[in-house]
Amino acid sequence: MATAHQTAGPYWHMIDFPAWADLLRADGPNAGAEGERIVIEGTITDGDGALVTDAMVEIWHADPAGRYDAAFQGFGRCATNAEGRFRFVTLKPGPVPGRGNTLQAPHVQIAIFARGLLSHLTTRLYFAGEPLNETDPLLGLVPAERRATLMAEPVSPGTWQLDIRLRGGAETVFLDI
Amino acid sequence: MSDPIPYARPAPGTQPPLDSPAYRSTQGRAPLLAPIRAPHTLTETSSPRLSPLHYPAQADMSVHNGKAAMGERIIVAGRVLDEAGRPVANSMVEVWQANSAGRYHHVRDDHDAPLDPNFEGHARIFTDAEGRYRFTTIRPGAYPWRNHHNAWRPVHIHFALFGQGYAQRMITQMYFPGDPLLALDPIFNTTADEAARQRLIASFDLGVTEPEWALGYRFDITLRGPAATPFEEGDHP
Ligand SMILES: [Fe+3]
Repeated sequence: MATAHQTAGPYWHMIDFPAWADLLRADGPNAGAEGERIVIEGTITDGDGALVTDAMVEIWHADPAGRYDAAFQGFGRCATNAEGRFRFVTLKPGPVPGRGNTLQAPHVQIAIFARGLLSHLTTRLYFAGEPLNETDPLLGLVPAERRATLMAEPVSPGTWQLDIRLRGGAETVFLDI
Repeated sequence: MSDPIPYARPAPGTQPPLDSPAYRSTQGRAPLLAPIRAPHTLTETSSPRLSPLHYPAQADMSVHNGKAAMGERIIVAGRVLDEAGRPVANSMVEVWQANSAGRYHHVRDDHDAPLDPNFEGHARIFTDAEGRYRFTTIRPGAYPWRNHHNAWRPVHIHFALFGQGYAQRMITQMYFPGDPLLALDPIFNTTADEAARQRLIASFDLGVTEPEWALGYRFDITLRGPAATPFEEGDHP
């Protein structure tokens, strides 16, 4: 039996290291890695539409060639700020093999930890306009009318925005992984 | 290429439900809609390889800037295994906690208890090849929270673990044996399965205890293991 999850609580910032939000930082594991530099940002809101200002957001994604076993470590962590916003700097991931010889569209796994979440929430960010989105196996499991909640939009060159709604309204699609 | 081996899903009742009204904050934050069950691909079965080279280890919270923190020094040790009993080796573990008076070194903690200038309350350790970890700290204090009238969190240490696939990523809390607050704590008690709850409680261990130095507690952690048969995941194309 696996150990039970428990909430990260309101004081998880003891393990917040703001530098980790920049996956390309000069003293980090990906210093000098080559690829398309992107910014991923968004706002998290709760069931009342209020800003979630105490969340820990983590990302995990493949390298620009779609690999997880190469040198690049697609891991970052960011606290939401007083405006409920998170922001990562990284390289755009490539397409990743899916199960059964399928190909997944470029995507970023997102984990959200916070007070009020007894275990973390998992979702994915996809890049709007990516041709592989049409055949992505996971997007195919999501009702068409909810897919937009996983689709980051370009707001300026190289900057992709995905807002996350934890509960109610246009609730983000969360994944049971 | 062959498909990665998926991870097992938790047995019913062994994980806390997101929607747990007794823990009030879940009511604004737990999603209303059921999650989409996702097949396990390389995204879920790979994990960041976090090395002490870039994430330096720090295994002693009981001393800060060469000065001893106030409180009862303790050692916490254990093993991180998966459900198949395989060690989770060379894996980063992060821990954080309140000080001996029940106050976090955190701007948002306004509990009227003293801060200790010699205690910050976070550590980073790595499991060894057998999945073993160990750190030194101060036994934390209980602290009040505003979930309900006269609500106090049992004494606990927060743990964050990675594992070898991102589907194993987890944050949990270690509790202490004999704490009378456990029976009253909504966070602890939302997990329905009695055995699952008991596994969140460390055990006093004379083998971990160091003479003339510190009491020892053992806390073993189990991450998800491989699914019993890959065919159980046959609904995943
Ligand atoms: Fe706590």
